[in-house]
Amino acid sequence: MPLLRFIAGRLVKGVIVLIAIATMNFFLIRAAPGDPASVLAGEAGAADEEFLRQLREQFGLDQPIMTQLWIYLTDIITLDLGFSYRQGRPVLELIMERLPATLLLTGAAFIFSLTLGIIFGILAARRVGKWSDTAITTGALFFYATPLFWIALMSQIIFALWLGWLPNTGFRTIGAGYTGLRHALDVGMHLILPATTLGLFFTALYTRMMRASMLEIAGSDFVKTARAKGVPEGRIVRRHIARNAILPVVTLAGLQAGQIVGGAVLTETVFGWPGIGRLMFEALAQRDYQVLLGVFFVSSAMVVLFNLITDVVYRVADPRIEVGR
Amino acid sequence: MKAFFKRFARNKGAVVGLIILAIILAAAILAPVLYPTSPWRMVTRPFLPPMSPGGFWLGTDALGRDVASGIMHGARVSLIIGLVSTLTALAIGIPIGALAGYFGGLIDDALMRFTEFFQTIPAFALAIVIVAILQPSLYSIVLAIAIVSWPPVARLVRGEVLSLRTREYVQASIVIGQSTSRIILTQVLPNTIAPITVMASIMVASAILLESALSFLGLGDPNMMTWGYMIGAGRTRLIEAWWISFFPGVAIFLTVLALNLVGEGLNDALNPRLSREGG
Repeated sequence: MPLLRFIAGRLVKGVIVLIAIATMNFFLIRAAPGDPASVLAGEAGAADEEFLRQLREQFGLDQPIMTQLWIYLTDIITLDLGFSYRQGRPVLELIMERLPATLLLTGAAFIFSLTLGIIFGILAARRVGKWSDTAITTGALFFYATPLFWIALMSQIIFALWLGWLPNTGFRTIGAGYTGLRHALDVGMHLILPATTLGLFFTALYTRMMRASMLEIAGSDFVKTARAKGVPEGRIVRRHIARNAILPVVTLAGLQAGQIVGGAVLTETVFGWPGIGRLMFEALAQRDYQVLLGVFFVSSAMVVLFNLITDVVYRVADPRIEVGR
Repeated sequence: MKAFFKRFARNKGAVVGLIILAIILAAAILAPVLYPTSPWRMVTRPFLPPMSPGGFWLGTDALGRDVASGIMHGARVSLIIGLVSTLTALAIGIPIGALAGYFGGLIDDALMRFTEFFQTIPAFALAIVIVAILQPSLYSIVLAIAIVSWPPVARLVRGEVLSLRTREYVQASIVIGQSTSRIILTQVLPNTIAPITVMASIMVASAILLESALSFLGLGDPNMMTWGYMIGAGRTRLIEAWWISFFPGVAIFLTVLALNLVGEGLNDALNPRLSREGG
């Protein structure tokens, strides 16, 4: 089964990437000013000699560096991402509790921006030089050049604080005790602002890519042929150009999944969305480096997994794509 | 050279971009002259709205600091960080791309795996981790931005070198026995300058966005007034004083927009064949 071998190969590659990331984390802690134990303990551990001793023992900090690395990597492989002294809980537990909210937010933003980007890209490319093209390209340039967190703040002022149309912060209405469909609707209302503000930058990016891709394909020989044999214009755009133009855009979008996860740190911070991005921000403020590195590791793992899924889906959807690169 | 300016000027957006950029550059240079007091100093009552008498055009923040002064001084930091981190990223990306493209084979494989690895990692999260652990400072911020932004440079240079390598004049240099380093430095790399310049202008823009996001989260250099810091600081008083966060955002937007427009203009001017496509 070539497909199974392909998936296995990609899995191995993904695991190697994750090990490399863990190794990088390890050396980053050692590069920080100060004793690694107090770095790991962060602000909280500074006062507590007992906790520092425990950390030194846990990470084997009195042993040679390669042994330390080995201990660190085996910990990570067994999914032990450390302990947050500050929160008094294992890091993995903290992350797992917050992960669903981030997946919901990034997933919604991804689908939103990809759909909208493709639609706008097609519209702009069909009317190159006309006012609608200018409007779309200008809009794309605006959202491409504006800091994501600033758009988030401004839409928070306008739509939540001034107009009061949408909830200001959080994941759900606290104390409302909604259940079932009412609960889903409530979360959905809270999701609108964070997901759109996170998605707008990427909408701009995908619009630009889709427009360029459409224009490139529109110049191909097979499009000229279709036109020459009298295929109606709408059908040419739909069946011949758009279909082929979407593929590279979706590929690039898949590869950039990591950027959305990064952007989530900002939107979650602004909107108090209880995901791992917000957790990262809290860890920053508290200098809780074990949590920080844990979130970084888990979000990298998410990206690796997402890339793997995209690769496999492609391989199934379009057999022309070669296995190796 | 004249033809270059002519082609550049044909792109109206690029000219507008250049003008905006010149204004921001002037603001950065003139900041200590027009606003000699430190932007951190309290100069008047807090929460003065924009257009207040006394020359506080953009209002004051929660601590009575002049927003306009912060924006002018912030321009210096943004431009310096954008420029230095881009140069650092080029210094990492160009050699890696050139070596991979020129030698091919195992070296290419190894270097490209390395590049791919850095492209897989969520860039912003990596930048946060680097700055937080090394402690926020000008150096750690520049380093973090450079580390997350060099991979596209390496890929671009590799592609260019790969195609240049087979050109006759490069082959001729190999035949007459020029040293490899000399060939790369004098024959191959000078011909990659055009696409690198275009990419660099966009990279400065992304670096400025990245820096502002880092300082927004509180990871800016604690001694420097930055636009991102101002937005973050004004965040808690949004309802009463929207202007504290609003104006620095406009400054970031204009700078990033200008750099992108200039980048497009450079692209038109340096790749004249491509520029006519797609209007």
